Amino acid sequence: MGKSTIIPFGPQHPVLPEPVHLDLEIMDEKVVRAIPSIGYVHRGLEKLTETKDYNEMFYVIERICGICSFGHGWGYTLAVEGLMNVDVPDRADYLRTALHELSRIHSHLLWLGLLADGLGFESLFMHCWRLREKVLDLFEKMTGGRVIFSICKVGGLRKDITPEMQNDVLKTIKSLRNEVNSLTKVFLDDASVKNRLCGVGKLSKTEAVDLCAVGPVARGSGVNNDIRLTGIGKYLDLGFKPILEEDGDCYARCKVRILELYQSFDLIEQIMLELPQGPVDVPVKGMPPSNDFIARMEQPRGEAFYYVQGNGTKYLQRMRVRTPTNANIPAMVKTLQGCDLTDVSMLILTIDPCISCTER
Amino acid sequence: MKDAMYTIQNFTQIDVSGLLEKVQNLKSEGYRLGQICGTPKGSEMELLYSLDKDLSLLNLRLTVSYDASIPSITGIYWPAFIYENEIHDLFGINFTDSKLDYQGNFFKLSKPTPWKQQAESEKEGA
Amino acid sequence: MTYLSKSPWVIHYDGSSCNGCDIEVLACLTPVYDVERFGIINTGDPKQADVFLITGSVNEQNKAVIKQIYEQMPDPKVVIAIGICANSGGIFRDCYNVMGGVDTVIPVDVYVPGCAARPEAIIDGVVKGLSILEEKRKASEVAKEASA
Repeated sequence: MGKSTIIPFGPQHPVLPEPVHLDLEIMDEKVVRAIPSIGYVHRGLEKLTETKDYNEMFYVIERICGICSFGHGWGYTLAVEGLMNVDVPDRADYLRTALHELSRIHSHLLWLGLLADGLGFESLFMHCWRLREKVLDLFEKMTGGRVIFSICKVGGLRKDITPEMQNDVLKTIKSLRNEVNSLTKVFLDDASVKNRLCGVGKLSKTEAVDLCAVGPVARGSGVNNDIRLTGIGKYLDLGFKPILEEDGDCYARCKVRILELYQSFDLIEQIMLELPQGPVDVPVKGMPPSNDFIARMEQPRGEAFYYVQGNGTKYLQRMRVRTPTNANIPAMVKTLQGCDLTDVSMLILTIDPCISCTER
Repeated sequence: MKDAMYTIQNFTQIDVSGLLEKVQNLKSEGYRLGQICGTPKGSEMELLYSLDKDLSLLNLRLTVSYDASIPSITGIYWPAFIYENEIHDLFGINFTDSKLDYQGNFFKLSKPTPWKQQAESEKEGA
Repeated sequence: MTYLSKSPWVIHYDGSSCNGCDIEVLACLTPVYDVERFGIINTGDPKQADVFLITGSVNEQNKAVIKQIYEQMPDPKVVIAIGICANSGGIFRDCYNVMGGVDTVIPVDVYVPGCAARPEAIIDGVVKGLSILEEKRKASEVAKEASA
């Protein structure tokens, strides 16, 4: 046994475009301990509630993260709507659900691409990102933006979609489903991919519970804490059932995300066929009262908390977001212990960390 | 308001002295730690511990002064180190007996946040 | 586009952006937009890069990192600030941990606005940056001849 060495990982590392920093304590080729520290992209946006009113704040919240921007916006509006007792029309709820699932497809495809890149499978990476562009085109048609949509607002949606858009969505989902089929074969059956993923970074069910893991990380270990079951949006009406895998390794986490792609296709198709007519927003009167409300949202990366506290003025007293990556850091630190140095990037990737979410 | 599970909030006010016992009991009942959130309120600070069991929320609310020492719950829920270090670094609240204490180096910031500055001045005034 | 006789290499650094612009920079490099067909290559080494793409605003933490990358790049070089945060701080301008745009630390040649900046806008900005790069190269040659 050699003596231990500390290797800094990040803030600039090719596996992620974002600055993440870890101190890895290495004994020979094994990681003994991993210590995360953050602060490179901390902006302090929760403090902005003091200068931006609750409607303006929505646009700040959307910009917590450019990947799950819709989910953040929705989570925030859900919290403010809960605080102010606003009921959103059915059509808006269906459309929000559809847009959120489209975001999930875009986020999971992006992640699959990064995973392929981490594996050194460049062509697979390019294919994932090519398919992702189709989803972005849909976003652009429906909302006007590719990354940041600003279509949600307290009380509903800023604008409606047309029947032509509805058809476009159905058409795109159909072609995506075919193309994702061929990607799935590579991700789930290819020997070299399996070699890197199977049995790596095991997280047992008890560990996942103890470490309070969320999202696909928890579901890959058979823990069901999918917030979509709590009655947000229209998931329960659509007969939503979470996807669970038992193995708890990198492969299981990858499989959960791939199966979720298909699930999102189904949900969106169902919504586009059943979409009720009606208004997409209701007028919102008054100010957020002196009370508090916690809304939770199942982001592509897992459960997120949106805590709002009003004080009777148009400014919120406090707004806090707890993002899924925040909750998954302990699980990441635990799975890194005892892994090979070469697997570190794979492990960090399968948590699907989003640093700008974490640091806000 | 729609009658859904997520609208049920369950806020409970508790004391600092009863925190550890309460959290320990909840853990043995099968609760999962969701988050710890700090809210500065004038000369006091509000801490909110959100726990989840089978998707229903339970929120424990603590009202503390800025110079109080809060017993760390990392002995019960290890992942709490994320939230405790964050609250220490951003709001200047001290936690005792933490299993993983970054000593103020979790968030690497060049100068203290406005919240922390406020906490410092409150501590001096007290 | 006669000035694309050379194949410019770019380096990308994420300041404290929300990821939106970073993803769009990456989208420029992947199919659909694919700037690699013009010979533009994304490198991780500042000493190999001609063009510096920065997304996100500057804070005290990354100030030194940005300066260091800029100083390591060989002359002539071009800095392109992508997205409104890198231009001026944008929506996060009032945040306590944000210093402002990239030009508070290093000189910026091209500003690409947008939140998030669209891939078309980013490509446009890079093309604009390349003509500035060419001018800078010519200027340095003239200066060399004058001193000889």
